[in-house]
Amino acid sequence: MIPHQDYKTEADRHDAMEQILRQHRHSPDALIEVLHFAQENYGYLPRELLGRLAEQLKLPPSLVYGVASFYHGFRLEPRGRHHCTVCTGTSCHIKGGTALLAELERRFGISCGETAPDGSFSLDSVRCLGVCDLAPLAVLDDDIISAETIDALADKVCQCLAEKSSTGKSP
Amino acid sequence: MTQILLRQDHTGQCLSFGQYCDAGGFEALRTALGGMSPNDVQQAVIDSGLRGRGGAGFPTGKKWSFVPRNLPGPRYLICNCDEMEPGTYKDRVLLEQNPHILIEGMALTCYALGVEHAFIFVRRGYEQAAANLRTAIGAAKQAGFLGSDILGSGFSLQLDIHQSAGRYICGEETALINALEGIRANPRVKPPFPAVKGLWGQPTVVNNVETLANIPAIIAHGPTWWKGLAATPEAAGTKLFCISGHVRNTECFELPLGTPLGKIIDGPCGGMRPGSTFKACIPGGASTPYFTREHWGVAMDFDPVAKAGSRLGTGGIIVFDQNTCMVAATLNLTRFYARESCGWCTPCREGLPFLVHTLEKIEQGLGTESDPDILREHVHALNYAFCALAPGAMGPVEGLLRLFEDELREHITKGRCPFGD
Ligand SMILES: Cc1cc2nc3c(=O)[nH]c(=O)nc-3n(C[C@H](O)[C@H](O)[C@H](O)COP(=O)(O)O)c2cc1C
Ligand code: FES
Repeated sequence: MIPHQDYKTEADRHDAMEQILRQHRHSPDALIEVLHFAQENYGYLPRELLGRLAEQLKLPPSLVYGVASFYHGFRLEPRGRHHCTVCTGTSCHIKGGTALLAELERRFGISCGETAPDGSFSLDSVRCLGVCDLAPLAVLDDDIISAETIDALADKVCQCLAEKSSTGKSP
Repeated sequence: MTQILLRQDHTGQCLSFGQYCDAGGFEALRTALGGMSPNDVQQAVIDSGLRGRGGAGFPTGKKWSFVPRNLPGPRYLICNCDEMEPGTYKDRVLLEQNPHILIEGMALTCYALGVEHAFIFVRRGYEQAAANLRTAIGAAKQAGFLGSDILGSGFSLQLDIHQSAGRYICGEETALINALEGIRANPRVKPPFPAVKGLWGQPTVVNNVETLANIPAIIAHGPTWWKGLAATPEAAGTKLFCISGHVRNTECFELPLGTPLGKIIDGPCGGMRPGSTFKACIPGGASTPYFTREHWGVAMDFDPVAKAGSRLGTGGIIVFDQNTCMVAATLNLTRFYARESCGWCTPCREGLPFLVHTLEKIEQGLGTESDPDILREHVHALNYAFCALAPGAMGPVEGLLRLFEDELREHITKGRCPFGD
C-alpha cells in the first residue's frame, strides 16, 4: 500500500487512485486493497467512486457495493473530524464498557453511530479491539484511552478531544 | 519455565532482527535447508504432537499431510491472524514482541509443503503488528531468508501481508480465503477442504500465528524436547494464555500446556483483584462454555478441557467476579455473534438475533417460564448452521443453561435482574 498522504485536490486524489489501480494491474482480486486505499484517500467510500471502481476493475457494481458494505472497516458515510470508538466487547463490558458508551452519548449529546451536526466529532462502538488486557477502553482517532473507572475514562476522552481540537490536529 | 514464543528485548520493545538472530534465530531454517528433506520437517511436526492454536486444536502435521503433492500448479500457506474473538489478543502480543519467529516458522512450513507464496492475513486494528511484520519481512529478505534460492538451497518464498477490512467471520478459514480473493467473506462448502482446493482453487494450508511460531523450536530442539515443555505427559509444548477480566494482572502469559486453571489464576494472574471473588470464567475465547470453581483443577489442555465440557479454544481467558450477571454476559457475547453473522445461512442469520431478543427479554425481567427451553432448543438447532460460527456462538448459551440455570430462572421469577441495572 502507498503510505497515507494528504491529497490537496480532487485531481490529486484521482491520480492517486489511477496509480494504485495500475499497481494492482486492474486485477479484480485486488478490490479490498483498492478500497482500503480509496478510504485512506477520501476518508470514506463515496457511492460515485464505488461505481467508477467497479468499471475500472471490470466488476459488477453490486459486487463492489456488496464488499464495501460487508466489512466493518469500510465507511459509506464521512465521519467527524475526530472519531471515538468505545469497546463493548465482553472483557470491556464487564468492566463498564457499555456504561462508558452511555456516558459519552450523554456528554456529547449524540447517539452511538452519529456525527455531531457541525461534523467535529463522531461516536461508535465495537465489540473487542483485541487489547482486552487494557479493558475498559475507548479509541480516540488512533489513540487508545484506558482508565480504572468509567468517570475517569470519560474525563480523559473529553480532555484528549479538547486538546486535539484546540491544536487543530486532524487524525 | 521455558518460554519459546514471547521474547522482548530488555526494554520491553519488539525484538530486532539482529537480536533474534543472536539468540539463535533462523538456525532452524538453516538446519532444515541444510540437511532435512521437506518430509523430515513434516515428520518432526507430526512427532511433536503440535495441535492448532487457532481454536479447533487440529493436529498440525496431520493437516499438512492432507495436501496432495502431485497436483499441478502452486500451493499456498495462509497465516491466520484475524483474531477478532472477544477476549483473545495473544497473536497481537506475540507479533508486537517477536514477529521474526512467525516468519521463520512460515519459511519452515512452506519448505515442508513445497509452497512458494504465502500470505499473512492480519486483523483490522493490528497496525503495529502489521508494521512489525513488514519490517521483519524486509530484514529477512535482506539477510537471504526470504526471496529466491534461500541460502543456496533452491527453495524460494514470497511472503505478503493482507490487511483485513474487518469481520469476525474472516477467521473461518474458507471465509478467509474468499476475503483474500477480494470478495465477501462468506464461508465455502467443505469438502473440498482448503488443503485440497483453497485459494484460487489450489491446495492451501491455513494455520494460526501461534501454531506457526512453534515450528522453529520443534526443528531446532527436536520434537521430544518441545513436547516436554508441557505440564502433563499428554500435552505438548507451551501455550499463550491471554487474560482479561477481574484478576490483578491482565496480561498474556506463555505457560506449559496443561497448566491447571486455578494455577494460572492464582499464579501469573496474581489472583482476583481486590474486592473480587471468582465466579466463573470463559476458558478459551468467546465461543467456549463457562468454567466455574468446580473446574479449578482442570488441566488447560485440549482433551481435559473438552472432557470438562468446554474447549481450550484460543486460550483467551475472561474472568468474572461475583458481581457479574451471567445472563448479561451471555447476552453481550450473543450480540457479538448476531452482529458478526455473515448472513449466508438462515439458522445463523435469523437464529442469533432471536436469541439476542430472548436473552434481552430475560435480562429486562420480561422472561417467561418457557424461555429456558426455547434457548435450549436453539442451542441444538444452531448446530445445523452452515459453518462453525453459530455453533461457537452457542458455547456461552449452553454453558449458561448447564451451569447457571438457577440464576437464569431467578431473572424470570423475580421479574428483574438480581444484579441491579
Ligand atoms: C467463526 C470462526 C472464526 C475463527 N477465527 C479464527 C481466528 O481469528 N484465528 C485463527 O487462527 N483461527 C480462527 N478460526 C479457526 C480457523 O477456521 C482455522 O481452524 C484455524 O485458523 C486453523 O489454524 P490452526 O490449525 O493452526 O489452529 C475461526 C473459526 C471460525 C469458525
Ligand atoms: S473486549 Fe474490549 S478490547 Fe477486547
